[in-house]
Amino acid sequence: MSLFDWFANRRKSDPISHEQQEREISDGLWTKCEACSVLTYTKDLRANQMVCPECHHHHRVDSNERIRQLIDRDTWMPINEQIRPQDPLKFRDRKPYSDRLREYQDKTRLLDAVQTGLGEMDGFPVVLGVMDFSFMGGSMGSVVGEKLTRAIEYATLKRLPAIVVCTSGGARMQEGMLSLMQMAKISAALERHREARLLYVPILTHPTMGGVTASFAMLGDLIISEPKATIGFAGRRVIEQTLRQKLPDDFQSAEDLQKHGFVDAIVPRTQLKSTLVRLVRLHQPQEEETATHLIPLPHSLPIGMTGTTQG
Amino acid sequence: MTQTKPRQPLLLDFEKPLVELEERIQQIRDLAAESGDGVDVSEQIRQLEARAAQLRQEIFRSLSPAQRLQLARHPRRPSTLDYIQAIGDDWMELHGDRVGSDDPALVGGIASIDGRSVVMLGHQKGRDTKDNVARNFGMASPGGYRKAMRLMEHANRFGMPILTFIDTPGAWAGLEAEHQGQGEAIAYNLREMFRLDVPIICTVIGEGGSGGALGIGVGDRLMMFEHAVYTVATPEACAAILWKDAGKAPQAAEALKITAWDLKELGILDRILPEPMGAAHSQPVEAADILKKAIVQTLAELDRMSAQERRQMRYQKFRRIGVFLEPSNGSGDGDR
Ligand SMILES: [Zn+2]
Repeated sequence: MSLFDWFANRRKSDPISHEQQEREISDGLWTKCEACSVLTYTKDLRANQMVCPECHHHHRVDSNERIRQLIDRDTWMPINEQIRPQDPLKFRDRKPYSDRLREYQDKTRLLDAVQTGLGEMDGFPVVLGVMDFSFMGGSMGSVVGEKLTRAIEYATLKRLPAIVVCTSGGARMQEGMLSLMQMAKISAALERHREARLLYVPILTHPTMGGVTASFAMLGDLIISEPKATIGFAGRRVIEQTLRQKLPDDFQSAEDLQKHGFVDAIVPRTQLKSTLVRLVRLHQPQEEETATHLIPLPHSLPIGMTGTTQG
Repeated sequence: MTQTKPRQPLLLDFEKPLVELEERIQQIRDLAAESGDGVDVSEQIRQLEARAAQLRQEIFRSLSPAQRLQLARHPRRPSTLDYIQAIGDDWMELHGDRVGSDDPALVGGIASIDGRSVVMLGHQKGRDTKDNVARNFGMASPGGYRKAMRLMEHANRFGMPILTFIDTPGAWAGLEAEHQGQGEAIAYNLREMFRLDVPIICTVIGEGGSGGALGIGVGDRLMMFEHAVYTVATPEACAAILWKDAGKAPQAAEALKITAWDLKELGILDRILPEPMGAAHSQPVEAADILKKAIVQTLAELDRMSAQERRQMRYQKFRRIGVFLEPSNGSGDGDR
């Protein structure tokens, strides 16, 4: 029996009354799938990495959950956690930017839209950046730019692979041109990481748009996407308005991008860590290089492939 | 004596009082010439002209960001090709990205400036409606960014400095552009421009719009004409998203800090190029002259460095940009 069947059976064998169910949804005990409307025990959904056992819809996950899914227990070391956003332009639309920042900080318990750190994946050390859509739509301002740049610089210094889980609406307009310039800043750090012949893999998750797509999301040596993630430069609505035509349903989906040559592999979340481990292992420095960098030879590392193989 | 041409459709609101005054001066001149009885109007005209000069100065000195945006988008404002032809000798346009397209919205080629071979490239807006449609209003496609990169690689191989001219509302948002990898094309340029050994000077000549501008905007020096603007998103788009009202574009233009002075203060811009009185479109030859002098001077500065020093400086120039708070360092704002 597959894990999915097991979840499905467990749900079916557990009949409860409608009222009780409603109550338990609001308690967070059950989660209703936004794609297929099937109810799943939240605990089970979390155990399945927030992927619906019924329809395989990938629910949004926050950065903490993402780190738990990807990094070995007790190996996560956050870096530059204390960097906070400012309001350099004294920006105010319908609300001051500084108020917005405070609200999101209270709501998400994050200082800004990215977490960065060092951790292990099946024992392989990696530098990981994880964007968080729940903080102002994962928008990229000075803090996101600085933290990702420092993380990549650290990876270059320590000769480590860098992985960034992308999710973003694009540049943070409230920081004006400072946001736009973060695209160049992060790309500069990636140029040095690349020149050092180190592996960089962005993971594109729903949604990855605008300035993030036009910089580090598309600069991977290898580019991986979650299934059905929306990935693009311009927003769908903007394009529909300019062209005055309806766009195909799969437009800007991960599958559409792969068809056009911009994504190497679409990997379900449940296989993401094992796939990354496999890639990191395959890119371990080859013998002549290992002598100079004193890195253990590939065959001495744990086999450690978990989950099913990726097709 | 010059005749005032009918330029009603190209007249910006804030220019109106000035043009009215100029028309009055002309009328008085014409009347005096017609009557031919030796009435001396020269004193009256001198006074009016002095007033016009003062008025012009007042108007252009106190322009709002939204008014500057209008100037930056002025249909008569010199375009990339206008400047290239004015400042370069032996200009030869080169075409194609070598992977299947030639984007008319982003042009480039080789020329010499003061006897020195350079590669010049930039966004190209149209000179009239028909030309603008052909040029896609200066909104480049992935092929445009790839052509730009191909020309920059060429420059790097032959040791020619790169001069880029930015003038676009943004990269083209379309179905084909997305399928051809608009994001990837821009991202690739951002990374690779840090790798090039030759000097790179980027100049915003009109409208610098978003990632589409930055896609040819990574250089050793960033210059901007005084009435040019450079923005993370067009004020119209920003207003529609943040204010939910595109009519709030003037407020957005103000809030986004898009003028040359704003960007100098934010540590993004290196040099502001003054425009001739009445803005670049009213005296394009003078504007080109100002641009050429600034380029020659900046190139001389950059020549004094080695390729490695320039690359290091380019890295640090962008590395420093950003404002944030880091309590452990106890500093007020990040690296600045
Ligand atoms: Zn489902």
